[in-house]
Amino acid sequence: MLIGKPADIRYSEITPRATYLRRREFLQAASVAAVGTAAALVPSLPAVAEAQVQGPGVLPKLPNVKTSALSTTEKQSAYADFSTYNNFYEFGTDKASPAINAKRFRTRPWKIAIEGHVAKPAAFDFDEFVKPYALEERIYRHRCVETWAAVVPWIGIPMADIVKRVEPTSKAKFIEFVTLFDPAQMPGQRDEILQWPYIEGLRLDEAMNPLTILAVGMYGEVLPNQDGAPIRLVVPWKYGFKGGKSLVKIRFVESMPRSTWMIKEPPAYGFYANVNPMVDHPRWSQTRERRLGEFLPRRTTMFNGYADQVAKLYAGMDLRRNY
Amino acid sequence: MNTPPIGILRRALLAAALVPAVMLAYDAYAGNLTANPVEYLENETGDWAIIFLIASLAITPIRRLTGWNEVIRLRKMFGLVAYFYAAVHVVIWFTLVSFFDVATMAEDIVKRPFITVGMGTFLILTALAVTSTTGAIRRLGRRWQQLHRAVYVAAIGAVVHFWWLVKADITRPRQWAVVLTLLLGFRLWWMWRARTLSRS
Ligand code: HEM
Repeated sequence: MLIGKPADIRYSEITPRATYLRRREFLQAASVAAVGTAAALVPSLPAVAEAQVQGPGVLPKLPNVKTSALSTTEKQSAYADFSTYNNFYEFGTDKASPAINAKRFRTRPWKIAIEGHVAKPAAFDFDEFVKPYALEERIYRHRCVETWAAVVPWIGIPMADIVKRVEPTSKAKFIEFVTLFDPAQMPGQRDEILQWPYIEGLRLDEAMNPLTILAVGMYGEVLPNQDGAPIRLVVPWKYGFKGGKSLVKIRFVESMPRSTWMIKEPPAYGFYANVNPMVDHPRWSQTRERRLGEFLPRRTTMFNGYADQVAKLYAGMDLRRNY
Repeated sequence: MNTPPIGILRRALLAAALVPAVMLAYDAYAGNLTANPVEYLENETGDWAIIFLIASLAITPIRRLTGWNEVIRLRKMFGLVAYFYAAVHVVIWFTLVSFFDVATMAEDIVKRPFITVGMGTFLILTALAVTSTTGAIRRLGRRWQQLHRAVYVAAIGAVVHFWWLVKADITRPRQWAVVLTLLLGFRLWWMWRARTLSRS
């Protein structure tokens, strides 16, 4: 799969512009008609939700994206919300800062290295790295440890596909995901707010779970810089901070990685960070959450509602201690 | 010293101090409260509460340093404005954050030190606000002075509350801690000076 560099390859260069426009008009007309008909038949159908699926149309679109049975049909969060309300401390600790400070972040050229216990460790150019894989849309619930939540249409590569291709050796038990360290571009890294570079980790079987993806896009388009361009981890049954952004290294290791937040405040952040309403953060309860764009809070569910797919990974474990 | 007429200055500053509240109300009406309106309101009202609390504490040092005695009439105004923002902050916590869920709120107050301290701070500020009338000043006499010294405890409480609630970036609570230390330091220095002067 080819992913255009936001600045110089536009979708219009991948598909002839006229075709693209006609196709878009057709799709728009078709979806309006479909939604209209459906809405007429089922008066309660949320027509707005359908209309929100599109991004703002500024970034290049990602073509040939497969849909997935793992996607939720819940109402998606507004692109404007999910791209202006970000925790990406490399670009500032205010929610609004990343969208401002990451504007000129350079995501090309971009190198990503596969290291550690694999058959063929290698450093790839980003576009080469993603080329062999088919992209899938995964509409997932997203739950931040701070109790806000969202529903996001990610586009990405199943992590399991990547793991299989790089052939981990028997020593590989965990994967460490390392974010770029570049204080010249990432003003937040000039202060020791957290230990840089940002590191996150998964157990190998967690990484292999069909739900785990490396996302390269959202809302039909390439990722905006503030959401972790060009490539980030998405693990929908864990708190959002597990999803390392702007990744430069994927390391296959033998022992459990110490992630950035574990180092920062051990009582608050554990290695697993599974969404769990029974385990409080020291400063707030995790029983409820509020989706961006919604007024009323919702009850938080175990594993963010993905228990059917992932509970087996933790069979026999005390999740109060392994938080 | 040529100073601005305090009555006009006080009214002008009071009007200015209420501008953030009006803007928040307008933004709420216009739907401009970010992707997470409740958190935004909670943070904004908390910020303004601490700003005006510190402003009220800055008045006495200004008076001492400049000898401009009338400025003291701004102190109560700033204190009450701080209380106003703190009260809105707490009301939002009761309503939009906790949805009147008394059990959860009680649990928060007991289990979460930043909330415990916030509540203590709010109770002190409430006591100060209700005893801020001329009637109360007359009735309480000397005890009024003693009671209102608790404003220092409240200010320390507000900074500790802020410090304890941040996840990683302590820049802003630390700034308030520095300002508060300077203000309290000034008072200690002044007391010490007064004592040595009276002795010599
Ligand atoms: C019952 C009393 C109080 C409760 C329950 C309370 C609760 C809260 C909560 C939930 C937050 C937001 C935390 C977050 O978003 O992570 C907050 C923030 C804050 N509160 Fe309070 N609070 C109380 C009293 C006060 C008082 C009396 C003051 C000041 C005089 C104050 C000043 C602040 C400040 C400065 C912030 C941080 C704002 C920011 O991050 O920009 N709070 N408080």
